[in-house]
Amino acid sequence: MALPALLAQVAGEDQIAFGEAISAGFAYGLAAIGPGIGIGYLVGQAVQAMARQPEAAGMVRTTMFLGIAFTEALALIGFVVFILLKFA
Amino acid sequence: MTAITTRLDGPAVEREIAADMAKRAVPAVPVLLILAAVGWGFDGMASAAYAVAIVLVNLTLSAALLAWTARISLALMMGAALFGYLLRLGLVALAVIAVKDARWVELWPLGLGLIVTHLGLLLWELRYVSASLAFPGLKPRKD
Repeated sequence: MALPALLAQVAGEDQIAFGEAISAGFAYGLAAIGPGIGIGYLVGQAVQAMARQPEAAGMVRTTMFLGIAFTEALALIGFVVFILLKFA
Repeated sequence: MTAITTRLDGPAVEREIAADMAKRAVPAVPVLLILAAVGWGFDGMASAAYAVAIVLVNLTLSAALLAWTARISLALMMGAALFGYLLRLGLVALAVIAVKDARWVELWPLGLGLIVTHLGLLLWELRYVSASLAFPGLKPRKD
């Protein structure tokens, strides 16, 4: 069912709750997409670097792991915003 | 002909970094717990402790997955990084949603604890790693 049609069915306070739920869902979903793309790109480049220059693998893996964790922090922030919007 | 590396047999640096972070969390966690206790009481302290546990398990799981798959194949490591991200994000969500209605849970210290611990430990580790990139266990000299 389309979103406007769904919105028309709920009224008053339900509409506010509906809006909150949709916003929280979007916040978490959108916050997870960016880091997903970032991690894919990051690891892809790191794997290429390690395949080409295995002697630098230690350094590449170190920076890759930290890069993954930093990128993941964005998704974590999105999740916390979702939790606080939805349940706090 | 150029030889291309398809798997890594060297030391698992991810495990070393994760272990380093866990060690650094030991002196930092009491401070976080005290701050949470001051703001939200015992429930806040318990929630912050739960957040720290989630972050440490998340980082350890990430390191273990990458270290394990790197020994098998780089392509598998790529897959483990991406699907591991999804899996760990799901596990974090599950861990938080499972306890959100519990009596001892305060959502603000839990959420803030997650972000502060994750970013704090990473930045702290980065300080050491940037000083000695390939050997994260080494401490930088002050002179």
